[in-house]
Amino acid sequence: MITAPFDYHSPKSVTEAVALLEQYGSNAKILAGGQSLIPLMKLRLAEPEILVDLADIPSMSYIREKDSGLAIGGMTTYKEIESSGILPKALSEAAGLVADPQVRNRGTIGGSLAHSDPAADLPAPVIALGGQIIATSKDGDRTIPSEDFFTDLFSTALTDEELITEVFIPKPSSETGTAYCKFGNKASHYAVAGVAASLTVDKSGTCIGARIGVTGTGPSAYRAIKSETILVGTKLDQDSIQEAGASILENTPVNEDVHASSEYRAHLTKVYAVKALVLASSRAK
Amino acid sequence: MGNNKTITLTINGKELTHDVEPRLLLVHFLRENLDLTGTHIGCDTTSCGACTVLMDGKAVKSCTMFAVQATGKNITTIEGLSEGEGLHPVQEGFWEKHGLQCGFCTPGMIMSSVALLNENSNPTEKEIRHGLAGNLCRCTGYHNIVLAVQHAAEKMAN
Repeated sequence: MITAPFDYHSPKSVTEAVALLEQYGSNAKILAGGQSLIPLMKLRLAEPEILVDLADIPSMSYIREKDSGLAIGGMTTYKEIESSGILPKALSEAAGLVADPQVRNRGTIGGSLAHSDPAADLPAPVIALGGQIIATSKDGDRTIPSEDFFTDLFSTALTDEELITEVFIPKPSSETGTAYCKFGNKASHYAVAGVAASLTVDKSGTCIGARIGVTGTGPSAYRAIKSETILVGTKLDQDSIQEAGASILENTPVNEDVHASSEYRAHLTKVYAVKALVLASSRAK
Repeated sequence: MGNNKTITLTINGKELTHDVEPRLLLVHFLRENLDLTGTHIGCDTTSCGACTVLMDGKAVKSCTMFAVQATGKNITTIEGLSEGEGLHPVQEGFWEKHGLQCGFCTPGMIMSSVALLNENSNPTEKEIRHGLAGNLCRCTGYHNIVLAVQHAAEKMAN
């Protein structure tokens, strides 16, 4: 399959890239790893007139400690996130479950988040870890909390003039356990339902902090605040985890497609919420 | 729109410069411009891995990359794997263990196996299956493919 024709730009700096976005607006698309965009272009579901490839910008691929957390460059690949050894488990586990090795060698965190595929893996752990998305335009940087970033199916809080330059992950405390569990489609490995959890306990084993991100289930990834509230103050015993799992859907409209009816997907989300919470709580002690 | 770009890249050890349309996929560049037809097009939708090549030593799907994205890169295809008339140990493994039936997926399987062994010279069966998760064989031949990779790992260790 052959894409519609386009003009190709490979800026050498973020400044050049955002100038191109400013110039071409919605006619331009950012090309990061291309593992979602190129298939869409081949199917002619996307026909951008301008592609702005970020691959030649040397400063966009990194994982480094910064202030009280970890900063991940927008062009950092799944493979690099999977194997960094310094990122919280929920994020490295999710990156290691994306698609397959070839896709993980090319696909990037910035591309995944900006695309906001309802079945993408990384949005869930980024929400659960309280991640912040740094969006850059010609006017400078803007920080968007991850729970406000994914607005709808393939839609985000980014404007046409912005690109993701960095994802900031606050460093979890030593009493925090994190995990990501998903039911993946057997062929594509996309999440039919995926849940990431970050649980913090005090010395007595009481949960003093909970954040949960859900993907695959609704039009876009979301934060399960009701389940978080249920967990805080408990000992993370079986009953409270089951109760939190049962409330995981919030008021999200549950997706229905050829892979899963909405009823089945809702059931899977609850099952995988419990799995993620059990695993995160076992790591929190 | 779609003005040609000049790309310079290394394919199987040889540096080449070509003028290409930006929308030309890497797999079409290899097969149609360079006549390297060992790299196959299977699903054409980033699922089957038949088009897998190595870019700077890492497995990538050449149907999900534009040729312009390979500028300055070092690409290895199935044709560039062995030196001279001999077989690369992974090719030998597929031969010895009959790691194929129809053979359509084989070039991609071999390239992914080479990338896997470059990272992990002694993989377990589980690691082999996980490492080849991006390559589909529709003749249900995975069992012998695992044996082929194990054969190659042993051969490369000696």
